[in-house]
Amino acid sequence: MTYFAFMGALEQGFAYGFLVLGVYLTFRVLDFPDLTVDGSLPLGAAVSAVAITAGFNPFLSLLFALLAGFLAGMVTGFLSTKLGILHLLASILTMIALYSINLRIMGRPNITLLGKPTILEPLINTGIGMFNAAPLLFGIFSTLALLLLLWLLHTAFGLAMQATGANQQMITSQGVNTDRVIILTVGLSNGLAAVSGALLCQSQGAADVNMGVGTIVAGLASVIVGETLFGCRTIGRALLAALLGSLIYRLTIALALSLKLGQFSFTPSDLNLLTALLVVAALTLPKLRRKVLSR
Amino acid sequence: MIEITDLVKTFHQGSVNEVLALSGISLQVRKGDFITVIGSNGAGKSTLLNCLAGSYPIDSGHILIEDQDVSRWPEYKRATQISRVFQDPLLGTCGPLSIEQNLALANRRGKYHGLKRGVQRSDRELFRNQLSQLNLELESRLKDSVGLLSGGQRQALTLLMATLVKPKILLLDEHTAALDPKTALQVLKLTQQLIDDQHLTTLMVTHNMRQALQLGNRLIMLHAGRVILDVSGEEKAAMTVEDLLEQFYKVRGEEFVSDRMLLV
Repeated sequence: MTYFAFMGALEQGFAYGFLVLGVYLTFRVLDFPDLTVDGSLPLGAAVSAVAITAGFNPFLSLLFALLAGFLAGMVTGFLSTKLGILHLLASILTMIALYSINLRIMGRPNITLLGKPTILEPLINTGIGMFNAAPLLFGIFSTLALLLLLWLLHTAFGLAMQATGANQQMITSQGVNTDRVIILTVGLSNGLAAVSGALLCQSQGAADVNMGVGTIVAGLASVIVGETLFGCRTIGRALLAALLGSLIYRLTIALALSLKLGQFSFTPSDLNLLTALLVVAALTLPKLRRKVLSR
Repeated sequence: MIEITDLVKTFHQGSVNEVLALSGISLQVRKGDFITVIGSNGAGKSTLLNCLAGSYPIDSGHILIEDQDVSRWPEYKRATQISRVFQDPLLGTCGPLSIEQNLALANRRGKYHGLKRGVQRSDRELFRNQLSQLNLELESRLKDSVGLLSGGQRQALTLLMATLVKPKILLLDEHTAALDPKTALQVLKLTQQLIDDQHLTTLMVTHNMRQALQLGNRLIMLHAGRVILDVSGEEKAAMTVEDLLEQFYKVRGEEFVSDRMLLV
């Protein structure tokens, strides 16, 4: 793997880190399988791209993306809790609705940001080089997001959030409106996914309506790989594992793409197959290891 | 004071499986009453508790807690007035959270769950003191996850959590039924102690007639969704298990005979 490929993988890993932290919140903390992210990631990209094109500050566009994703997630939460639609289905409904909404926001299937200011500009101008700027900035951002989540999960609301995922009867009996917790948490998770989209669109220079396809699988793969490799005994450990999982996942893919076995090499179109294999491996290896050890 | 008037609850309404679980129950619970609730399977004991707590919406009737009509309140809102302990020891506590985190949630029952730190440093002293009265040595294990505790320990913790913020009424739904006899006795003692200390108004469902007579100042017997016996004070104190069985006999007739062995 070349240095550029390595830094590119780090950049993606950190950018997708937000999404992965969001997926951890819904899948692991709340036990709410949420596919909305396939729509809210491009939503964040679309909102950010449109805002930058309209002359807003690129950093401000991240905030817009966060809010847009938050709203999208709240719709899923609302459909599931207040209208009683099965969570998985509710999230799929929001996801396909977002496809149309994203096209409306952008007015066309994709927007390029060529020659437009991005959040990377100030850092690139310091002369550290394009390929170093993005991983560094995204690394700082996603670490901050991790610390913020770590704090949030230890607040009274965070405890209620954890309890909502683990034992709804218990937390309801303690006077917590679980509907509200679910709506806010799914909102937060999708806000994070949208920030991922906004970061990706700014580093890749374009927002595309199809960039969200397979987001949830990649997010889940990262969470599971992280858990398998780094454990999840405490909340802090689990959050760190999720973020590191995102890096490992992107590095693995970069490694696979740079692999050459004689005539054969992987192409980007093989990524879905590779992802599926990676998830299967991450899910079965711990069981296999236990079997071998118990012998 | 809790006033229950003409409470009706039907399950599977309009289908062939329709069951009238509560057929117009009325009950006045005085402040400080410790009422034991008995009745055969399907008499409506658990349904009554679930309707009070708001887990099941009621068909008609009214529930007043200190003159406030809570009949249409959602369950989480009623939790500001009511706390409960379930039969299943796993239901009342949150396994992945630590003991102190569970207590912190209970300490905020009915209050706003905002962005303040969940477990305040100043809370820990209170939690240790409260836990020490359980005599389970949990006060030194504040950070242990509740999932590590045994059923009896979790039930004791649930009881403590239910009374940490004094409820207007405490609902106990056969809360010792899933425990081994020795642990059940300990939890029962703790129940009595907590209720006495705080003068809690309590409804306790039990299958054990001896227990129902020993505990509390009042006893009601349910059958087919109605109150068929309501005794308190001296009258209750004078009652024996045989008297209760006789009552059962009267309303249930023949089918009772097969249950007799279970009940004694």
